[in-house]
Amino acid sequence: MTALLRADGVSVRHGGRLILDAVDLEVRQGEIVTIVGPNGAGKTTLVRILVGLDRPDAGQVRRTDGLSIGYVPQRFHTESLLPLTVRRLMTLGQRAGDAAVQAALGETGAAHLTEAAVQTLSGGEMQRVLLARALLRQPDILILDEPAQGVDFRGQLDLYDLIAGLRRRHGMGVLMISHDLHVVMAATDRVICLHHHVCCVGHPEAVAQDPAYQRLFGREAAGHVALYSHDHHHVHGPDGTVQPGLVSCGHDHSGHAPGQDDPCSLPSHDAHFPPPPLSPPSGAGSRCAGGHSHD
Amino acid sequence: MTDMAGLLDDFVVRAGLAGLAVAVAAGPLGCFVIWRRMAYFGDALSHSALLGIALGTVLRVPVQATIVATGLIMAAFLTAFARQKRLGSDALLGIFSHAALSFGLIALAFLGAVRIDLHGLLFGDILAVDRIDLLQVWLGCAAVLGVLAAVWRPLLAATVHRDLAQAEGLPVARAELAFMLLMALTIAVAVKIVGVMLITALLIIPAAAARGLSRTPEQMAVLAAGIGVTAVSGGLGASLTWDLPAGPAIVATAALIFSATMVIRKTGKA
Repeated sequence: MTALLRADGVSVRHGGRLILDAVDLEVRQGEIVTIVGPNGAGKTTLVRILVGLDRPDAGQVRRTDGLSIGYVPQRFHTESLLPLTVRRLMTLGQRAGDAAVQAALGETGAAHLTEAAVQTLSGGEMQRVLLARALLRQPDILILDEPAQGVDFRGQLDLYDLIAGLRRRHGMGVLMISHDLHVVMAATDRVICLHHHVCCVGHPEAVAQDPAYQRLFGREAAGHVALYSHDHHHVHGPDGTVQPGLVSCGHDHSGHAPGQDDPCSLPSHDAHFPPPPLSPPSGAGSRCAGGHSHD
Repeated sequence: MTDMAGLLDDFVVRAGLAGLAVAVAAGPLGCFVIWRRMAYFGDALSHSALLGIALGTVLRVPVQATIVATGLIMAAFLTAFARQKRLGSDALLGIFSHAALSFGLIALAFLGAVRIDLHGLLFGDILAVDRIDLLQVWLGCAAVLGVLAAVWRPLLAATVHRDLAQAEGLPVARAELAFMLLMALTIAVAVKIVGVMLITALLIIPAAAARGLSRTPEQMAVLAAGIGVTAVSGGLGASLTWDLPAGPAIVATAALIFSATMVIRKTGKA
């Protein structure tokens, strides 16, 4: 299958901190790829580069010719200073007939919101409208930055069902960000676990079992609710060293280098997780890195 | 003789026509000032017009050109300084705004008060608009409306969500640059009408009044122009009837209309 979008060795540095370290990634036609990772892992930075908003310091992004991207940004807050109905929002950046607008809204279950003021929408309604708006561009690929943000649990499941349904009907590629693997699992073909670098890649169940993923997410991976910011206070010992065993990715990664003092990488990280296209793992240990091409 | 040329002999007719043109251009532009939260930015820009006038007088070139130039320089400064994080944008704009006003007043004082009607510059002198002024105002306002119409879609999309507009390939940077140019041009044109102290009022008050009565951005823009026209007509009428200063009378009328829309909105909701 053709890669619609691929990143090769994308690196970004912000004031000496390595935000993205040689990230490789590809999204093929008809495939749903989910990037998971804790807050501050560089997920949004990566997406901004993929949609062309920012440039990487190193590496490159390749898109197929004439690739139409349907982008849904992380935050969409419209000030009530600006009067805006859903109908008007739909055609803000693109021209489209009324029938097409109605069809797109209908497809995401937002047809009843057509005349509503954008400021009155709930988080879930807003996401459906933004999805419809992206659909109107007849995208080859949907790129969704935390589509479930500000949506309750039930609504999140509905939203991911909807995205999976859109993929089935239109056959577009989907790339989305999430910080909760369990909610997106059913609707995902491939998970990329990101923490500045790609920790592991694979089928969702495999990634959930992967030691690198479990180290990255700590107790969350075991089904507990863990607050990353809370973990922060427990990660460092009194002398400032990282306490083994308590390690979670909530701690400060300034001066981060792959494989060095990094909870999400195994000792032989580089050997275990070659960049996509997926190849069998070169050593025993993680099941995550290979053998999961689902096609 | 009541032909067009004859009509223009009447200073009231000239004032009215100039004021209407400015109101029609300032309404839609003012909507963007409100949406982009740039009221104080507009203030700083219009205060810099005094420096522009001083510069034009010294260089013996049309002051409108130097007002646009100083406005753009001011906009560039503000944009560059906005990137620093040590001061909030309100403080930054306050500094630039009042500094521009003070330096402008000092520059004008050097030129001598005889040559310059300071009161007219600060608060407008719409009743002294001559035929040349009128032509300039109309051409300037037509240019503002024309360019605004041309960049409307990308500018509006960038105002709603800049990243999304950019990701969708709209010429966001160009539209925002055009917007700065339009601000500077409107200020150059409106100085004669309401003066540097009241230009922002003419931009934002009609737009603010229109907000409560509109459901789409386009409705708000058209309504703002209409409310501006009403304010100019009412203000000029009041000025002639009660011998009020014209610029302040126009702004005061706009403010009264704004209050009325607030009341309408409240009772409408109840």
